[in-house]
Amino acid sequence: MTATLERPAEVAPAHELAGTWHLARLALRRDRVILPIWIVLLSIVPASTVKTFTQFYPTDADRLGLQAGANANPSYALLYGPPFDLTTAGGFIAWRLCGFTALLIGLMVVFTVTRHTRAEEDSGRAELLASAVVGRYAALTAGVLVAGGASVLIGLIQVGSMIGAGLPAAGSLAFGASIALAGLVFTAVGAVAVQLAEYSRTANGIGTAVVGAAFLLRGAGDSTVDARWLSWLSPIGWVQQIRAFAVERWWVLLLPVALTLVIGAVAYWLLPRRDVGVGILPPRPGPARAAPGLRSPLALAWRLHRGPLLGWTIGTAVVGAVFGSIASGIGGLVGSSPQAQQIMERLGGAHSLTQAFLATMAGMFAMVASLYGIQAVLRMRGEETAIRLEPVLATSVGKLRWAAGHLVFGFFGTALLLLSGGLFLGLANGLRTHDVGGSVGDTLSGMLVQLPATWVVIALAVTIFGLLPAYSAAAWGVGGLALVLSLLGPIVNLPQGALDVSPFQHPPKIPGHDFVATPLIWLLVVTIVALGAGLLGWRRRDVG
Amino acid sequence: MENAIAISGLDKSFGRTKALDGLDLQVPTGEVHGFLGPNGAGKSTTVRVLLGLLHADSGDVRLLGGDPWKDAASLHRRLAYVPGDVNLWPNLSGGEVIDLLGRLRGGLDEKRRADLVERFDLDPKKKGRTYSKGNRQKVAIVAALASRVDLLILDEPTSGLDPLMEATFQYAIQEEREQGRTVLLSSHILAEVEALCDKVSIIRNGHTVESGTLAELRHLTRTSITAELAGPPNGLAKLENIHDLKVDGNRVRFDVETRSLDEALRQLTQVGVRSLVSQPPTLEELFLRHYTTEASAK
Repeated sequence: MTATLERPAEVAPAHELAGTWHLARLALRRDRVILPIWIVLLSIVPASTVKTFTQFYPTDADRLGLQAGANANPSYALLYGPPFDLTTAGGFIAWRLCGFTALLIGLMVVFTVTRHTRAEEDSGRAELLASAVVGRYAALTAGVLVAGGASVLIGLIQVGSMIGAGLPAAGSLAFGASIALAGLVFTAVGAVAVQLAEYSRTANGIGTAVVGAAFLLRGAGDSTVDARWLSWLSPIGWVQQIRAFAVERWWVLLLPVALTLVIGAVAYWLLPRRDVGVGILPPRPGPARAAPGLRSPLALAWRLHRGPLLGWTIGTAVVGAVFGSIASGIGGLVGSSPQAQQIMERLGGAHSLTQAFLATMAGMFAMVASLYGIQAVLRMRGEETAIRLEPVLATSVGKLRWAAGHLVFGFFGTALLLLSGGLFLGLANGLRTHDVGGSVGDTLSGMLVQLPATWVVIALAVTIFGLLPAYSAAAWGVGGLALVLSLLGPIVNLPQGALDVSPFQHPPKIPGHDFVATPLIWLLVVTIVALGAGLLGWRRRDVG
Repeated sequence: MENAIAISGLDKSFGRTKALDGLDLQVPTGEVHGFLGPNGAGKSTTVRVLLGLLHADSGDVRLLGGDPWKDAASLHRRLAYVPGDVNLWPNLSGGEVIDLLGRLRGGLDEKRRADLVERFDLDPKKKGRTYSKGNRQKVAIVAALASRVDLLILDEPTSGLDPLMEATFQYAIQEEREQGRTVLLSSHILAEVEALCDKVSIIRNGHTVESGTLAELRHLTRTSITAELAGPPNGLAKLENIHDLKVDGNRVRFDVETRSLDEALRQLTQVGVRSLVSQPPTLEELFLRHYTTEASAK
């Protein structure tokens, strides 16, 4: 009797973090391709921009001109952030790259944390591991370690490479540290999202929504006069407010440190309060019978897409309304220096500035909406690999008819997002300028001319799904490449031929420019060819 | 139409892996056909070719008189499928999935649907993720059996069911048989195969190694004999096709291949038989032999 009682004591006591190291190594092994790509991409761009700057702006006069131009055009502030000091290469890099790098590192860590926690639970693999000697907090901690570790590594490489490129050490350190800390904040956000959400898809949605909101919040704050405090609510705003290379304000680094600790603590507090495989919010029972309308592949696709589509539509409407309401005040942000006023006049005055701002917004909406489209198209691959597709194709539904259901949401869902964004952008701007009709007309047409560009990206995702299904995730690479080319290409001085690879380079910038049909027709031709090739491949290839 | 399923010389490779290698399978209309083989033998690949999900590399495949790849959508009106791994949409209830799959196939038998939900003790209000493996399988089984189709293709349909539900399933398949439906049943549960199947085909390494009724297959194997004789046995050891012979005084125990059974018994009766126990081979033995020795024979 005593022997049996004593027996458990021989087993090493398993603590709450047991197995973390093994899980982290497993995560690194699974991410051995994707994570290095993220790290290299995010860490080397800043240092490699130094040359571009010195080439383009060799003299002090050039640099002062650049500074004046940036001060004069609030669309820049919306995209990149406040231009603190553009007379040095470091200041230029901090201005152009801080925001985007923080945005991208945020997406990286959210996806990474979800992939190694919630997604594992969804697949049932987590149960397999949980039955081994693995502590309650091990999976979350491993995911946090990998995502946080990648963030810190990116920061370190940035600091090293920027100093190596001849930039001041203090500024490089401020830049790298603020980016790494932004990564840590969003790692903590991801850790909370995976506790709240019922599925990994939802967790990714919550996480990316927070990252996107942080970017937009600071965009709104940076491009208005009366609401600058908005930038201080955003972790991405903090990355800029540290003012790397422009008399650093080191205390700003304390903000992300504190926020990381608070949000991280919430995640670890929530974790033991839910069961493995279930979110904090319990699932509700559904109907015993299907509604009469649930009788086609399109109806099934609607059930699968309606949640994300609704979320995105509301999101674009809100963002559109926020930026619409600040668009008309954009002229007021322009510095009062004679030089700034002169540049503004050359750009066409306050009205032209507003128009350029609205056109810039349309381009940004299109890029973001194309990500929705890619996600919707890749849902097909998700259904296929989750073996939910087989039972559907075993009924009298043909492969093309099934695909059509999802493609409707990929292509027309994106159109809906552009319409909702354009409608609210124009509405909010029109209410300020007392010209609702004209304003809405402007923004809607500005958005709609972008639609063929988004369709090219989405159609390419279909091509990959049809011809190279195992590499479907590469569709994100296509979308990301188009985005990076359009956003960062001009900064790193890519030739026009390379920039033109991105479909977002081609639509006319409306309002402010004339409508031209030719590029749109070409974009539509590319869309049709890519879509056709994808569907042909899909019809001919094996399922599974 | 003679055969609901007629496959001959079917090949299918995935990259360098040869999944099917000259597979043959004939299932006459109205038959319940067992489809057996060890893990990885190619059963699911065959089923997926039949469903038009995979394109055959070569060979002739006819399903309900049509080409399963080209005529997939129209043929699928006349068949229903239960996969071995059932994965449901997390935001659809089981009841919704049953209705949806039925409607996509062209209609459900409402009475049979209600009856099956009741008999399988299924809660149709639960959402996809909250079902256990067995319950997810029940959703797929109800969806398939409630549709009015000619052919049921069942790929290890009961691997997650409890014994009570297994009995319910067998009863339901008997009903399908009485309705004249053709069933292709891939299964590892031998009692199920024995209870339900008119004929079986055994495949290994992507080709058919045996096909016939269970009686015919048994014929190819051994019977165990235990006998108490009037005196010590003689001559048994000299017979061909006798295995594992054990003699203990007047008691004797051996396995004999069916074709030599007659001769072996003659040897026993010459000495005089006091008691005799004869055991036909169990299905387990039958399959173990096919699953293992055919591999070494290859």
